[in-house]
Amino acid sequence: MPTTLSLSGKKVRLEPFDPERDSVHLAGWFRNAEYMRLMDTEPARLFSPEAVKKWQEKDLEVERPNGVLFLIVRQEDDLPIGFIGLDGVDLLHGDSFIGIGIGEQELWGQGYGTEAMRLSLEYGFQVLNLHRVTLNVFDYNQRAIRSYEKCGFQVEGRQRQAIHRDGRRYDILFMGVLREDWELLSGGD
Amino acid sequence: MAAFRFENDLVCLGPIDNEKDAAVEVAWTVDAGYMQIRTAEVPRPLSKMYLKKLYEKIEKRMDESGNFYYFTIRSRTDDRLLGFVQLDWISWSNNAGSITIAIGAPQDRGQGYGTQALKIALEYAFRELNLHRVTAWVPEWNAGALRFFQRAGFVIEARRRQAALHQGKRYDSFVIGLLRPEWEAQSALASLGVDS
Repeated sequence: MPTTLSLSGKKVRLEPFDPERDSVHLAGWFRNAEYMRLMDTEPARLFSPEAVKKWQEKDLEVERPNGVLFLIVRQEDDLPIGFIGLDGVDLLHGDSFIGIGIGEQELWGQGYGTEAMRLSLEYGFQVLNLHRVTLNVFDYNQRAIRSYEKCGFQVEGRQRQAIHRDGRRYDILFMGVLREDWELLSGGD
Repeated sequence: MAAFRFENDLVCLGPIDNEKDAAVEVAWTVDAGYMQIRTAEVPRPLSKMYLKKLYEKIEKRMDESGNFYYFTIRSRTDDRLLGFVQLDWISWSNNAGSITIAIGAPQDRGQGYGTQALKIALEYAFRELNLHRVTAWVPEWNAGALRFFQRAGFVIEARRRQAALHQGKRYDSFVIGLLRPEWEAQSALASLGVDS
């Protein structure tokens, strides 16, 4: 019996990203350069909420977008705490990249991201029929690596010296989770 | 050190010739293996007119993105179009980029054109673009492509399990990379006449 997907967990739920309502949050999180160093290979830069709204709106115009962006909302108080997005969804091979950021820094390390990732994987495997999901994480982000491992991701390799920060080079890890890994973890139904 | 040149004895890298190249490449687009390298989209044969539009898009992206360099590969003897090579997704703050290369016609493969074009493109990446590393993406089923890059010094960095679905079967997909010091060591050997 097919079950419906709620995209809703104990701590957080996923909502479709609304450029009009949510751009102000994304723009605010971009101001935290420490957060951006965990999020992106590129130098932190600032966008106004208006600018964020404009590039998010472009997505709405694409006929067949190859990504899905969610806002992560805390259940207890409806606080937007971050985003998660499947990006580069490749339905031909059943593969997609995924990226997540918890913008509210005081909430790091409390399991919000892990639950949001589990909800997104359920969406990827059950709705998009993906065979696997891929992500990149920087080797100095051990907290994230542990969270991804809890969701079933395994380290599949590392791009050597691919990130340059403060005069030092760091690796970018590739992690992947197969549908079968995910099914085992999620109770096998 | 000798100046960088867009050519060697066998091939040269050149710009797109919108009219002439479309007439040649149209025949290659029926080859799904070629198209899987050529575009990120579902492989399908393309018309001459579509290719001309694709060239315009490529040139526009080169002008606007600032992180994408596309070249045609041509024969030194008769300027014939042989294939393409591109450096893409260049991250300037990290000095990192990706490379894609293909020789179009089956009878032109295995003639050294690809190897020589890759050599020029890597020299361009490390000497002109000042990159620290170059990445390539190769599915496991394309063993020839993996060997081709490994001969140029690339090493396997990641094995994405079952990421490629090819003719009904699942294969892993490799992320491979070449670092500047590795490339420099090779070039030093080559300049001493040592075959690496």
